[in-house]
Amino acid sequence: MTKTAFLTLLSYWRRSPGQFVTLVLGLMLATALWSGVQALNAQARQSYAQASEIMAQTILTRLVEPSGRDISIADFAALRRAGFLVSPVIDREEDGLRILGVDPLTAPPGAIPAGIVSGGSDFTLMTGEQPIVFLRAGTQPPDWADEAQVLTSDALPPDTILADIATIVRLTGINTLDYFLLHPEQPAGLPAIETATELLTQSPDEQTDLGDLTGSFHLNLTAFGLLSFGVGLFITYGAVGLAFENRRPVFRTLRAVGLPLRRLIALLALELGSLALVAGLLGVALGYVIAASLLPGVSATLRGLYGAPVPGELAFDPLWALAALAVSFLGAGLAGAQSLLRVAQMPLLAPAQPRAWAVIDARAQRRRLGLALAAIGFGALATWLGEGLIWGFAGLAGLLGGAALGLPSFLAAALNAVSGRAKVPFTEWMIADARQQVPGLSFALMALMLALSANIGVSTMVGSFRATFIEWIDQRLFAEIYVRADDQAEADRIEAIIAPQVDAVLRSAWVERAVLGQPAEFQGISDHPTQPVEWPLLSGEPEAWAHVGAGEALVISEQLAHRTGLGIGDTVPFAPNQALPVAGIYADYGNPKGQITLNYALLINAYPETPQSRLSLRVASEDVEATIQTLRDQGLRQDQIIDQTSLQAVSLRIFEQTFLVTGALNILTLSVAALALLTSFLTLGGMRLPQIAPVWALGQTRRRLALTELWRAVGLAVLTFIYALPVGLALAWILLAVINVEAFGWRLPMVLFPFDWARLLVLSLIAAALAALWPTLKLARIAPARLLQVFAYER
Amino acid sequence: MTQTPLLEFRNVRKSYQSGGDPVDVLRDVSFVLAPGETLAMTGESGSGKSTLLHLAGCLDVADQGEILLSGQAYGPLDDTARARLRRTRIGLIFQQFNLIPSLSVRQNLAFQARLAENEDNEWTAKLAERLGLAAHLDRFPENLSGGQQQRVAIGRALALRPEVILADEPTGNLDEENAAIVLDLLLELVRDTRSGLLFVTHSTALASRLDRRLHLRRGSLLAEAA
Amino acid sequence: MNVKAFSFGLMLAADVATGQSFAGLGAEADGFAIPQPNPTFEFPEDHGAHNAYRIEWWYLTATLTGEDGQDYGVQWTLFRSAQRPEAAEGWQTAQIHMGHAGLTTADQHFSAERFARAGTGQAGVATAPFEAWIDDWIMQSTAPETEDALSALQLTARGADFSYDLDLQATGPLVFQGEDGYSVKSESGQASYYYSQPFYTVSGALSLPSGDVGVAGQAWLDREWSSQPLAENQIGWDWFSLSFEDGARMMGFGLRDSDGGHFTSATWIEADGTSTPYPNGALRLTPLSQADVAGRTVPVGWRVELPERGLDVETTALNPQSWMSTSFPYWEGPIRFDGSHQGRGYLEMTGY
Repeated sequence: MTKTAFLTLLSYWRRSPGQFVTLVLGLMLATALWSGVQALNAQARQSYAQASEIMAQTILTRLVEPSGRDISIADFAALRRAGFLVSPVIDREEDGLRILGVDPLTAPPGAIPAGIVSGGSDFTLMTGEQPIVFLRAGTQPPDWADEAQVLTSDALPPDTILADIATIVRLTGINTLDYFLLHPEQPAGLPAIETATELLTQSPDEQTDLGDLTGSFHLNLTAFGLLSFGVGLFITYGAVGLAFENRRPVFRTLRAVGLPLRRLIALLALELGSLALVAGLLGVALGYVIAASLLPGVSATLRGLYGAPVPGELAFDPLWALAALAVSFLGAGLAGAQSLLRVAQMPLLAPAQPRAWAVIDARAQRRRLGLALAAIGFGALATWLGEGLIWGFAGLAGLLGGAALGLPSFLAAALNAVSGRAKVPFTEWMIADARQQVPGLSFALMALMLALSANIGVSTMVGSFRATFIEWIDQRLFAEIYVRADDQAEADRIEAIIAPQVDAVLRSAWVERAVLGQPAEFQGISDHPTQPVEWPLLSGEPEAWAHVGAGEALVISEQLAHRTGLGIGDTVPFAPNQALPVAGIYADYGNPKGQITLNYALLINAYPETPQSRLSLRVASEDVEATIQTLRDQGLRQDQIIDQTSLQAVSLRIFEQTFLVTGALNILTLSVAALALLTSFLTLGGMRLPQIAPVWALGQTRRRLALTELWRAVGLAVLTFIYALPVGLALAWILLAVINVEAFGWRLPMVLFPFDWARLLVLSLIAAALAALWPTLKLARIAPARLLQVFAYER
Repeated sequence: MTQTPLLEFRNVRKSYQSGGDPVDVLRDVSFVLAPGETLAMTGESGSGKSTLLHLAGCLDVADQGEILLSGQAYGPLDDTARARLRRTRIGLIFQQFNLIPSLSVRQNLAFQARLAENEDNEWTAKLAERLGLAAHLDRFPENLSGGQQQRVAIGRALALRPEVILADEPTGNLDEENAAIVLDLLLELVRDTRSGLLFVTHSTALASRLDRRLHLRRGSLLAEAA
Repeated sequence: MNVKAFSFGLMLAADVATGQSFAGLGAEADGFAIPQPNPTFEFPEDHGAHNAYRIEWWYLTATLTGEDGQDYGVQWTLFRSAQRPEAAEGWQTAQIHMGHAGLTTADQHFSAERFARAGTGQAGVATAPFEAWIDDWIMQSTAPETEDALSALQLTARGADFSYDLDLQATGPLVFQGEDGYSVKSESGQASYYYSQPFYTVSGALSLPSGDVGVAGQAWLDREWSSQPLAENQIGWDWFSLSFEDGARMMGFGLRDSDGGHFTSATWIEADGTSTPYPNGALRLTPLSQADVAGRTVPVGWRVELPERGLDVETTALNPQSWMSTSFPYWEGPIRFDGSHQGRGYLEMTGY
């Protein structure tokens, strides 16, 4: 009996392939997009973890040279002979390759990835005659590694080459150290290391964590994944609901012939489970394909934007696949729970007529509207009162869920408002009919709405970030040319030569020191009487820059203010026994460290050992090229000269790359929503014949009726877009002003991009029209006999 | 009397594919309907009554023969012309009422007339009055009884002042009492407007109330009953 | 003398081999020098490093008594292992140092280990004045220039939870092991250069988690270098240094081979430094009691017999758990002995 009953239930799908496709498609896409994004994030995170594990960045404290001077072998010997367990590291970037030289004899446990050395006295890295270098398969070894034996290791992130420090020194000629790793267990009875060295200790949490740095990017992806899941879920919910309602007579008959209710529920759950399995497997495959095809772009972005090494090839993780399947089951469960409950509560002798699933009565609509308002209220409250990232996301969920539920009410109201103005009876009918159609399309339209608002929200966030960042770069780059001399002597020589050619030569210097327990950069900038350095402050006293120029005050970055609680007027110690009041706070996006900007002379006086090798040149824009040529003629290398224009160009290019992935995901979610619309139209097409046939009989051509369908779809898309716009902007606001602040400590101003909206509107109209095209053509060519069937009481 | 017939069927034949062999639904059917005349078409289920009505309503196309409305042949008309003809000259009344659920009673009544750009508010209001719908004009079809809905359908057909009214078992879904009331109204209005009425029914009792009666059996017009 | 030192050398060679560079272990083939019989030593030069040889060590053990009346033992070792018979400044050096420090009490044993490249300044051995060091572990001469550099030393080392600082004064001359400092290690002829300073009196301080304690006692320094690993079938080593109440000393070792055989060697040292070598078989070593140490069974009590000198004693470890949990773990700790003679000494056991 069970088998027969099950087959009976399944037979429905054979007769309704459109609904089957919708259901599987919805679930598959929910699974694919969500898990695809997860795969991207996981791959990136794994790479970050590898990158930081390499030097046990998350565990080990480092000793760094605050003013960027070289660390020598003598510094190493001195620290070791003083009893401190330090291990030297060469860690620098050359042509996009991270070069790591390590000392296996002194490296603390875990510093060198397992698989390269196993710890203890495993000195595999060290060499006899032929040097050995390690890199990840796929990373191109540099020319200088030609004479080395190249071994591959999966424990290394991409674009990283690791070797014994002696090998690096020998092959590259680098002969200075970059930092020391401090062994976590220092011997008994030693003084504090600060008393023994000029070097600065940098605890793991003060070190740049790629995870933090790239957090904004991944947040962006995650938001997309979440929204895509929502889009898929609405599609699935609609399809499941329809399938259940349409089969009410079947359920009644099955129960009437003796199938116990519990068995029926179990069979329906089994059916749903099977569908979830099929859709899940397809989703895993699709998710993998999506992730794999997006990964090169993501990896290029992360590399370009943050220098974070992520391989361009996706590894397949069975655990990930299982999680994705679970997502599919979760989705099916969420979408099917209500329908199963209804079946469970259905009395045996219930009217067998399928209630038009689509048509919900006014009371239900009011209830749904109430629910929508409650969800939005909750979202607003969570955003407003809640603290922490989780509340930000809760706010997001409330807003979007509520907005989706409220969409049908909005559409009904909007159509009512429009129909009052319609004078032509056909238009009147068309609008009235659209209103009739809304409930049936509501889930597809909700999906479209979510896709549109995700699109608007995330694009606004990314675009705002881009606009702000570029404007900020513009403001911060006060000089036309920046020169980084190798040492002070070279800087002096260059200044003497170049000074007559340019408007001004300004000096700047860099020192790293902790301020109130927070790692900070001190930036010394010198002023020029005719061209005071000035960039906009987030907040500050009037004349703040004049005070900085006069050495009477300093300005600090937003991050430092956020972390230390320092405000305008507070005094900041910038050197032993020297302090200045804060005159202003400025934005410093993307910098994980706090920053203090003060008068150059003050900084140099306080830290006389600071290398004074940085020059900023003020030049008339037409003289930039000639000046650069002069500098090159003086023997400066390309990497020592940076001009404002190319720096800006690089920033822009990086951001365009970020857009690539965002854009691809935008198109994907939108396509999904369009597909949902298409299948909804197809399903409704058959159900709507009784509404269309009389109008045809009363004297309309099929062509005109079909065109009407098309216009209606486009009209609904326009209304949905109008509704999605504020929702998307609210989403962007939450991302920018709530989630960003919680996650990274800085708030980005929201910038609006009406041109993007217009493009999106056109895109959604095209999507809706495409979705309606097939059903339209079908209707235009329908045999009159099919329409006549509507009137035929004999059949 | 050499008056142009309102509706004329000349040797009309219609067949459908059924399992490969064409099956004749109507065979060599000829008859005329004069202006102001009411004609009942009776027959068993499957005798071809509905097909005949659909052909008369320009909803379907005959395989052979000719159908003419006030002398105009349907044959040469294209889709657009056929739609215009239906819209402007024919009133259709179905067993299932087939009102537009999204439109109010008032809108439904005026719907076809407005489509035909032939709306006469006064006439529509009068119709509503006579059909006993004046109190229900702003309600929607789903809130009406079956009898009321069919009265709306009749009103919709008549609001247009069509040349011919085609009714397909309009009382089939109604109880006896309502059926009688609806039929009375229909006949009264047809006579008042001097339209013709082709009334398809399987009920000889109803048929006997009309001027003339034709009987279909397996697609052929048998005899003209008195 | 110490098998672990050999192991250290072996292991480095093996690492290098897996790192695909040179090398079989055929000592002669690598260009390393080989110890030859009838050596002559030049001091202070020979107190320093011999980079032409593959392995070398400066190895000191001390049996001490604290102000608190407790027995203590201290070990300080600097190993040198060469990847190639050459030295260079900076990172490129082929000379690698390993340091081991141990401190034993009756119920605790502390150990520490360090690695370093010679040439970076992190570790090395200087001869004028003499200093052997790795990090802040130092063995440096405090002797007047007219005296042998090793006749007076200062010795320090530091681990995660202990440190010590000792002064050593030699009361006798250097002693040359084997045949005038040429010490044979197996029947197939593996040998090393080997001399000792067994006559130190010690004073100083230990620093323990429980506090500082002043100590005094005796110490023994071994200097040994070679290029040859052990014979292939030799799996471990039991080494004894014994100090007798009359001022005499004895050094003895047994190399265990995989068939259960023992290659033994001993040197009897009179209080005035006169030494007598004893060939294989003269010394008899018999395990008497076992202890579970770090998951292994280790013979911590021995019967030591040298019939030609009327020696027949049983040894007892101060702390049977004197386990050096270094990269190459081994047992090393102070002992007392009783029987035909009484006294204190040091025992080292490897390969268990």
